[in-house]
Amino acid sequence: MFGIGKKKAYTGLSRGTRIVRSLTLIIPSIVMVIMIIIALFANLGWIGLPDVGLAPHDPNSTNPRDKLLPPSFIEGGKSDYFLGTDRLGRDIFSRVLYGARVSLSVSLIVILITAVIGTILGILSGYKGGRTDAFIMRVTDVALSFPALLLAMLLWVAIGPGYWTVVLALSILGWAGYARMIRGESLRIRESDFVAQAQVVGASTWRIMFRHIFPNIVNSLIVIMTLQVGMMILAEAALSFLGLGITAPTPSWGSIVADGRSQPGGYLLSREYVSAWW
Amino acid sequence: MSNIVLQVEDLHTSFFTRAGEVKAVDGVSFFVREGETFGIVGESGCGKSVTGLSILRLLPEPAGQVTGGKIILEGKNLLELSKKEMRAYRGKMISMILQDPMTSLNPVYTVGDQIAEAVRLHQDLPENMVEAEVVSALRLLRIPDPEMRIKEYPFQLSGGMRQRVVGAIAMSCRPRLLIADEPTTALDATIQAQYIALFEDIQAKTNVAIIFITHDFGVIARICDRVGVMYAGKILETAPTRDIFKAPKHPYTAALINSVPQLDKKDEKLFSIEGQPPSLLNLPPGCRFYPRCTVSMDICKEQEPPEVKLDDNHSVSCWRVK
Repeated sequence: MFGIGKKKAYTGLSRGTRIVRSLTLIIPSIVMVIMIIIALFANLGWIGLPDVGLAPHDPNSTNPRDKLLPPSFIEGGKSDYFLGTDRLGRDIFSRVLYGARVSLSVSLIVILITAVIGTILGILSGYKGGRTDAFIMRVTDVALSFPALLLAMLLWVAIGPGYWTVVLALSILGWAGYARMIRGESLRIRESDFVAQAQVVGASTWRIMFRHIFPNIVNSLIVIMTLQVGMMILAEAALSFLGLGITAPTPSWGSIVADGRSQPGGYLLSREYVSAWW
Repeated sequence: MSNIVLQVEDLHTSFFTRAGEVKAVDGVSFFVREGETFGIVGESGCGKSVTGLSILRLLPEPAGQVTGGKIILEGKNLLELSKKEMRAYRGKMISMILQDPMTSLNPVYTVGDQIAEAVRLHQDLPENMVEAEVVSALRLLRIPDPEMRIKEYPFQLSGGMRQRVVGAIAMSCRPRLLIADEPTTALDATIQAQYIALFEDIQAKTNVAIIFITHDFGVIARICDRVGVMYAGKILETAPTRDIFKAPKHPYTAALINSVPQLDKKDEKLFSIEGQPPSLLNLPPGCRFYPRCTVSMDICKEQEPPEVKLDDNHSVSCWRVK
């Protein structure tokens, strides 16, 4: 690679090559891509093809004659309903596919909101220090110590249930973790000479924070953001399961589980169903 | 005699800590002329770097504050400028080279981007002219293949080359004053010599005034026209470099020069100054060098010696000098 006497500059592997080489990135990416495909292609109504899609049925169309059917691979199931039907005769498989839309989009929107707010506050806190830092960190402490479920219930009462209530409930407290972590990173980078160099050159505070410090914390930021995807899906499901999240009849993974559980004859609690679903 | 670019008058800088006020710079006065190199030499912690940071107004606030004096750059007192005006001065009128080339470049940007940042901040150039300006800054620092280098990242360069890039950033807007804070300390001896020769070259080309902060008398002898010897926050003696070496007037200067190892006297025991510099938290009432001075008198203990001007370029603060 370092050819002697060659004039060509060594520029390293291309960014693409480096990323593709890392298997630890590939496997989770595949899972993620499958989930995104499921969410996008559950139905292609959004690009004008309402009759095409992965979901075999309309998730909300009820069919009283086919209610409470077991999955197709269990005795008594119909081949038409892969994962069986719920108490209203809705196809559970279709609902799961559609539910991916809600779970994924809530999680991504919340992560975007919280990461942006948390990063800005974290860098500000770490770089400015002093009173700004003390103030932001006390607010962060409050946010970290406040029970998320209680806040969700308060919002549910105050502004009513719905998609954006869930997003709001998860966002209001979610930024604190980012702020904490990013502050620590900024503190470390603030002391480095290249920040002093930028000051010497006459760069403004905002310029130093976002042109010099921010690119150096992107690594850690991406790591927490990816960890948060799963956490947020779970959080959304938990809220919907408790009835504090997405309202019926819109399918979400949490509410599907709740539906199955509340039904005495439902299959969720039967041994076969549990093994099939989980 | 050429114009005075920077005049520092009775500068006081303190750090307010829990233990009390630390007077890091305690009444420093000096000036630098156009095209001249003024050296500030002294032990660690004597306030050399703080003097440099005070001029740029980049002290770590709120602990560090300039508490008095004037810093006049071409007729403008920098201490009276607003933060925004000061920012416009930094990089454009005054620049600084930091000590460690390994860490003073941002690892995520190319060399070209980092020089271009300074150019874009201070010169109202159309975007297609910026690159030419960046290349010319690299040329000034004699960096080979500048067109190629601008696409490289700091980790691809050697220490000496990185320090040149730092120099190129500092010189990119052709400042009037350059503060070099031990720029050669992190370099090895041969690269050091090259770097210093480079400074002389740059100065001849741009007529920039340089404040060279160091503790290395070898470097001082090589590059400085005049030298200020600093001790515990105060300049004890200011003189042309030649006089500092040949005829030091202050006992501290003499002792410092005496303690430089010399190749032709290798059998002798190396001279060192007894004791420690005084705590900047509570300075002794008299001369601050008194406790370590070998020729001290009674008056040294009680009163601080005034600055005596021997001639236009030579001044000393010592009771022994009349």
